[in-house]
Amino acid sequence: MTQIFGEPITRREDARLTTGRGRFLDDLGRHALAAAFVRSPHAHARVREIDVTAALDVEGLIGIYTYDDLDGPLAEPLPLLIPHPTLTAGRTAYPLANGIVRHVGEPIAMVVGTDRYVAEDVAGLIEVTYEPLPPVVGLTASRDGDLLVHDDLPDNVAAHLMQQTGDVDAELAAAPNTVTFTQTIERSASMPLEGRGVYARWDAQDDSLRVYSSTQTSTSVRAAIAAKLELSPGKVEVIAPDVGGGFGVKIVHPWPEELLIPWAARLLDREVKWVEDRREHFISSAHERGQIQDITAGYDDEGRLLALDVRIWHDHGAYTPYGIIVPIITSTQLLGPYKPRAYRCAIDSMYTNTVIVTPYRGAGRPQGCFAMERTMDRIADALGLDRAVVRERNLIQPDEFPYDQGLTFQDGRPLIYDSGDYPESLRMIRELVGWDDFETVRSQAAAEGRTVGIGMACYVEGTGVGPYEGGHVQVENSGRVLVSTGLTSQGQGHETVFAQIVAQELGVPLDDVVVTTGDTRRFGYAVGTFASRAAVMSGNAVALAARNVRAKALRIAADALECSVDDLDIIDGVVQVKGDPSAAMALSTVAVLSNPLRYAFDNAARAATQFAPRADPLRAPVDEDDEPGLENRDYYSPIRSTFASGMHSAVVEIDRDTCETKILRYAVVHDCGNLINPMIVEGQIHGGVAQGVGGALYEVMHYDEHGQLLNASFMDFLMPYATEIPHIETAHLQTPSPLNPLGIKGAGEAGVIPGSACLASAIEDALGVRISAMPVSPSDLFELLATDPERTRRGSR
Amino acid sequence: MSEQHRSVTLTVNGRTHQFDVPVRRLLSDAIRHDVGLTGTHVGCEHGVCGACTVLMDGRPVRSCLLFAVSADGAAITTVEGLAAADGTRHPVQQAFTECHALQCGFCTPGFLTTIAAALEDNSHPSEEQAEEIISGNLCRCTGYQNIKAAVLRAAELKRAAG
Repeated sequence: MTQIFGEPITRREDARLTTGRGRFLDDLGRHALAAAFVRSPHAHARVREIDVTAALDVEGLIGIYTYDDLDGPLAEPLPLLIPHPTLTAGRTAYPLANGIVRHVGEPIAMVVGTDRYVAEDVAGLIEVTYEPLPPVVGLTASRDGDLLVHDDLPDNVAAHLMQQTGDVDAELAAAPNTVTFTQTIERSASMPLEGRGVYARWDAQDDSLRVYSSTQTSTSVRAAIAAKLELSPGKVEVIAPDVGGGFGVKIVHPWPEELLIPWAARLLDREVKWVEDRREHFISSAHERGQIQDITAGYDDEGRLLALDVRIWHDHGAYTPYGIIVPIITSTQLLGPYKPRAYRCAIDSMYTNTVIVTPYRGAGRPQGCFAMERTMDRIADALGLDRAVVRERNLIQPDEFPYDQGLTFQDGRPLIYDSGDYPESLRMIRELVGWDDFETVRSQAAAEGRTVGIGMACYVEGTGVGPYEGGHVQVENSGRVLVSTGLTSQGQGHETVFAQIVAQELGVPLDDVVVTTGDTRRFGYAVGTFASRAAVMSGNAVALAARNVRAKALRIAADALECSVDDLDIIDGVVQVKGDPSAAMALSTVAVLSNPLRYAFDNAARAATQFAPRADPLRAPVDEDDEPGLENRDYYSPIRSTFASGMHSAVVEIDRDTCETKILRYAVVHDCGNLINPMIVEGQIHGGVAQGVGGALYEVMHYDEHGQLLNASFMDFLMPYATEIPHIETAHLQTPSPLNPLGIKGAGEAGVIPGSACLASAIEDALGVRISAMPVSPSDLFELLATDPERTRRGSR
Repeated sequence: MSEQHRSVTLTVNGRTHQFDVPVRRLLSDAIRHDVGLTGTHVGCEHGVCGACTVLMDGRPVRSCLLFAVSADGAAITTVEGLAAADGTRHPVQQAFTECHALQCGFCTPGFLTTIAAALEDNSHPSEEQAEEIISGNLCRCTGYQNIKAAVLRAAELKRAAG
């Protein structure tokens, strides 16, 4: 059998995506009506009046809808996903503003017109009278509590979250050394190149709805639409077509538009489509990352972390539709590969009059990593120790797995690391980047008048969170193998990797396998693509289903070939007796035999007739525990998450005149267990690192004091181009997960997690200034060089 | 309120299309909605991301920054027109697959058209030139490393093909 699993096989998605034959949301519904939205220009205001008079004469106007037009469940606040006991003051918006708006970009009215130009003309002519209210912008203002985002919440706090293990106060009191510092992390955003979009078709004869959405979870969008539009889920189909990137923002559901567009399609009995434009994406989708962190660490003279006390204020924007999953992840993933004796993390999740905050690739982990890794650097600095050595002294050792951190993870399960080899990762990253020889590099550069520095950051990432995913595998009479899973794809190459898994498990040529994802018509139960879970969850689910199909194929073939199942193997789609290729039958023939109803519609069915049907007249054609067809559906539901890990190291050069940071080298050691397709894993790392670099050096959401997002365009939000991203050197370590059949761990988010921590460490090393706020721009560095009070103590390089 | 319309003639991928458009219709929308070729994608509508790049008389242009009427009479090549008449993919399309230079594929058409045009001018780009060629296009998935590799690989394939 040819090895398929683990090979760098090129992607089958590419044939359509490189030739313009992809089908993204806006490529569908060419003749649909178009929607546009009137969105709030104020960060906080009462909506006094909506006057549509001037808009009514626009040719092509179909309808204008405001909150007053909504009824039933659609007129209620949007659902709050993922409730949590500590989220005591969760608030969600209405699909259209109900008398008050709490961030710039909140939808107030929906316009439907014959095309988008018309709809936007109409939206521009609708006069909304506002009574502006003072906005709460930024965590400091929110924490002060002088102004409120929600009248009934006097402290702007939605949740007070606490995670702890050990006795932090006692350990801190007894620690020989302590360090206390404050850090801030700015907002960034997923910013996929394709924004959100929804296209709905109502079938009045059938009372059914088909909705296409650029989403990371079609099954849950279906459930939400069914509930909010009071339809049976069986009458709603939701399909994620080709999705142009997600990175977290498209896991939120239902977005107001995901309800309003289908609602309008049913109301009008017309196809309706809405495609988000870039400004809308900035001001009405979601951001992430914004936190203030107060950290106190106690450590011994060897640099061992004894106690870590972290206080975080997390900015979740105006509403909490996605619960507090981001701060939960920050608080639990903060510990990384280390094992302090005591740890406490208290987080206030705060309202502000800004766009909501929901997971963006990394989902709170980059902030946690920033807290822990910068602590390691502080300890090393204070003790005059090598930063790698301090980390080494704090690592969980290979013989300590499974390692229980004593906390509760995002899935509500205990935070137990399943496997890993952190000392080996550290050895590999030091070797890959040349950590131990860096002083030579530094002096050579200094001799040339150049300022360079090196940094490092380590992380552990919980991946493959439950509760489940399913897979369906079916062998058709043609021999073609159909695979489906409910979760969606946004560029991860699922069609390729799931085909690799099934081809390997079943013993069929890769080209015979066809994979469908994110289509509720094919698979109704799924959770979604987020949290680095798709490969782990659906990968194992389709593997299990393929194993069951294989077992059934062998059973049927053994019956027909009158041999034992143990004598059979499946090679290249042919079931054959081991050592006797002449006694064989194609899997397509087995597929025909699996169905007692055998009309000879095709060659496979005709061929199958040479095998006698069941002769025993006392047995039913289909046994009680059997079913017709060579297919199986199975689910993978893990007991808990599996933990991937990695370490990054970067070498930077700072231009002394411009204070510009140039990344000279960026090295990654990555461990996600067994690799299904190393080429695709590398690609995931590259993309993650690029987003990490963006978050460390360039990307920030510039809100002014009025709550206006000043850089809501690609002209002003500095997403990295090719010129900003260094060459990424990678090395893989593979410690298989003992938790799942394939021994795999997730890889999607890893690349982004340590970016800010790693680059801060490198810049600090280069300049000797303390970096405690990210991102760090040339202007920031210029200021720091001029003013950092700690700089003299550490000595200027 | 009724809009002013004009007739435009566009030759897209060798086929001539004549149709009436409102004068404010963007070239990107005309290609996608009037001509019906949806391979050209719109990522920002302000000319920064480059996803909508098409070749106008052989030169890369941002179709979201042009009105359809201002392209009247022009020959346009979109991503659908890069492959040979027999369907053989353009070297850059082939190279993108080989080098895993795309993930979600949304920005890809703009990169492909941009690189295809650049390779007409420079059949032997250096690594530095490869980066320069793609430095005006945004990709959020790949980190660009494999795209740079694909530029070099495409040049190699193109030279081999003669």
